[in-house]
Amino acid sequence: MVEGDMKHGPLLRVNRLTKFYGARTGCRDVSFELWPGEVLAIVGESGSGKTTLLSCLWGDLMPTAGSIEYRMRDGRMRDVMRLSEAERRLLMRTDWGFVRQNPADGLRMNVSAGANVGERLMAVGARHYGNIRSEASDWLGRVEIATDRIDDMPRQFSGGMRQRLQIARNLVTGPRLVFMDEPTGGLDVSVQARLLDLLRGLVADLSIAVVIVTHDLAVARLLSHRMLVMRGGVVVEEGLTDQVLDDPQAEYSQLLVSSILQA
Amino acid sequence: MYVAVKGGEKAIAEAHRLLAEDRRGDPDVAEIGTDQIASQLTLAVDRAMAEGSLYDRGLAALAIKQARGDLIEAIFLLRAYRTTLPRFGYSAPLETQDMLLRRRVSAVFKDLPGGQILGPTFDYTHRLLDFDLESPGEMPDAESFDADVVHGTVPRITDLINNEDGMIEPDVRSDPEVEPDDLTREPLAFPADRSLRLQALARGDEGFLLALGYSTQRGYARTHPFAGEIRFGMVEVEFFVEELGFAVTLGRVSVTECQMVTQFRGTPTQPAQFTRGYGLVFGQSERKSMSMALVDRALRRAEFDEDLVASAQDEEFVLSHCDNIQATGFIEHLKLPHYVDFQAELELLRKIRRGQDERNAAQEAAE
Amino acid sequence: MNKQHYNFAYLDEQTKRMIRRAILKGIAVPGYQVPFASREMPMPYGWGTGGVQVTAAVLGRDDVLKVIDQGSDDTTNAVAIRGFFKKTAGVETTTQTREATVIQTRHRIPEEPLKAHQILVYQVPIPEPLRFLEPRETETRKMHALSEYGLMHVKLYEDITRHGHIATTYAYPVQVDGHYVMDPSPTPKFDNPKMQRMAALQLFGAGREKRIYAIPPHTEVVSLDFDDHPFSIQQWDRPCELCGARDSYLDEIVLDDKGKRMFACSDTDHCERRQSAQGEARHG
Repeated sequence: MVEGDMKHGPLLRVNRLTKFYGARTGCRDVSFELWPGEVLAIVGESGSGKTTLLSCLWGDLMPTAGSIEYRMRDGRMRDVMRLSEAERRLLMRTDWGFVRQNPADGLRMNVSAGANVGERLMAVGARHYGNIRSEASDWLGRVEIATDRIDDMPRQFSGGMRQRLQIARNLVTGPRLVFMDEPTGGLDVSVQARLLDLLRGLVADLSIAVVIVTHDLAVARLLSHRMLVMRGGVVVEEGLTDQVLDDPQAEYSQLLVSSILQA
Repeated sequence: MYVAVKGGEKAIAEAHRLLAEDRRGDPDVAEIGTDQIASQLTLAVDRAMAEGSLYDRGLAALAIKQARGDLIEAIFLLRAYRTTLPRFGYSAPLETQDMLLRRRVSAVFKDLPGGQILGPTFDYTHRLLDFDLESPGEMPDAESFDADVVHGTVPRITDLINNEDGMIEPDVRSDPEVEPDDLTREPLAFPADRSLRLQALARGDEGFLLALGYSTQRGYARTHPFAGEIRFGMVEVEFFVEELGFAVTLGRVSVTECQMVTQFRGTPTQPAQFTRGYGLVFGQSERKSMSMALVDRALRRAEFDEDLVASAQDEEFVLSHCDNIQATGFIEHLKLPHYVDFQAELELLRKIRRGQDERNAAQEAAE
Repeated sequence: MNKQHYNFAYLDEQTKRMIRRAILKGIAVPGYQVPFASREMPMPYGWGTGGVQVTAAVLGRDDVLKVIDQGSDDTTNAVAIRGFFKKTAGVETTTQTREATVIQTRHRIPEEPLKAHQILVYQVPIPEPLRFLEPRETETRKMHALSEYGLMHVKLYEDITRHGHIATTYAYPVQVDGHYVMDPSPTPKFDNPKMQRMAALQLFGAGREKRIYAIPPHTEVVSLDFDDHPFSIQQWDRPCELCGARDSYLDEIVLDDKGKRMFACSDTDHCERRQSAQGEARHG
């Protein structure tokens, strides 16, 4: 890879990422590249290492070995683990986002919807109440929350609304990379469908790159371009989503796909 | 016509006079002597010394008298006195296996080298008021009293368990080259190491630690504790004198030590072994030393990679709130005037309500 | 045990040096909370132990000390602290703001503008302005170091949303010299503008929380706000009933149980000086 090729290189490059918990393997030798606007699904059952991988990427866990490189807005690839604390935290509240399975973990439950969406703007220096509010209101509309709910508390919202609020809160600074951990996990099937639709539209419109962890192959099929299948901490198969789902190569992927089809 | 309140100085002087009067109480009853407090209210003296972190029975008795028996106030007096004392250095670690034992019990072995020594304890008394104490009685037999003291080295339970191939964590030996951190001389910073945590717990409030220790037993961060050993007696304090090149004995202090044997742990590289919680306090206080040991163990959460699920494991929570002098000061400071801030809040509330009224009026007019 | 001798201003010189080092560091990094080895003082925590230690560390034999609580020299705690220094340092004390070289205060800044030769010492109960937004010190330290103060504005945003204006009336956060956000101690926000470019040195002592911080003379001190909801101070629609002042902070005094009230200056020295000037003008 020529580093001069700034505009067209991958956004995220993960190389042989490994995490041990004492003697136990969390994940081992995981490598992939993620391109701007691309959606990558990481699938596997619980204990497969997909959550460990996500935690390493987001910086909640320190990997035992390997590297994570990210293309900053100036076009340079930087090793995320070598960023200063200040750079890392700035990155995480501007250019990156994280949508958690349980919205209560990703929202401030004791402040209004508007403040939840506006927090990132204020964190990067927005100081005009009216502007922050109109931006928050705009974003509520984009995630299909009635704008007259702007002063309501998240706990007055349904599960699906909370999840959409969490998405708005993350997208307000125009991030280029968003991590999602089972974003439809706790929701009813009908609510899931609506949320997936919304997510697909937003991700395409804004051309955001996404790493989504899910055990639900239907979610992977609907949202992702490519996927990694993990088992026992290692990647057993990777490829275009349709390819993997329609013609799985690894024995484990075949099992996974057939079990879903039968269900 | 109103004049600004005056006379603070006079009011304070009057309050002090009333306080002195109440302390003395009924003039027809003999005044209590500090020697009486020091020799007959020994457990109160012990607690004041422990949480005042100053070992001096006479001063503690004086503080209790001056505080009219309010132990936290007495502790406060001792602390304020202690802070003015010059500091010469640090004693050598106490060798508690050489303790002159008055009491030593283990709940994990029926019998053990050195034996079980019941000593002076409330444990098996029936809690019936003894009305004979209402009037002066006869002296208890002094001879049997002294016979309880056991001389010579008595191995500690942890040494005994450890004889069997590292069944319990070994002692932690501090590096003699490194001066220990001192809570009273350096501001506490988080994360704090174990020695600092133990210092804070040793002078921490007995009631607070009791409740926290109790909470771990009731499932808020269980540690599966066994009272490995509790010993109480006198132990020598040694001080290493640079100029002499050897340690000299400064004197003896009475302490209670609790070794709590707790949940075992193993790792792939290390065989499973019991872990420990440790408690040590001035004087005789089994309640305090046992509570301290439970909380010490709970606070070692990070060392053992345990999830933070309860307050007793939360270092910032425990250490920031265990000091009763800090706590009582801040709670009681609410008695100080706050009328400037209250005025500000009152004005704000009026403003908010005016705003509401105006909005309501406007709405009614529109309808 | 006999009566002991206490050192000048109670604390030993070693301790005072330690405190002065913390103060110097605080002056060098305006608004930064410097941890210091707070001593146990002979007054309760929360009653001014931090301020007393700072005052003891800066006090010299020629200083003239004034102590106020709620703006008044005669409140019991002010009397007790003034008495403490009279006894342990033997310094001259005053109730007149102009004459004082060191002023220790709880909850107010004197109305009279302070001068370059004066030091204002604040008693601080909770120095951490982020404490009620984020209880963990390990986290708030990071937020300060990186100037991550978005959360502070989230709180102000919520105020405006709920009340139509910023509903913080005292301990109103300020940003010092463009970096550290600082708690001005529970002074009413009315006093915040006095901190801006004040000629006197401002020192803050929090004994229980073991922190000292400082604002050097003539430093930029800005109250946090929004562009479209600027910071404003309390105002009264009536003057002080004793001296007629219209620009001072007023106490509300309840006169009877039928709702009768009067308003008078909280700063008693300011009020008395104005009254006696008026008296002289009338008689002279």
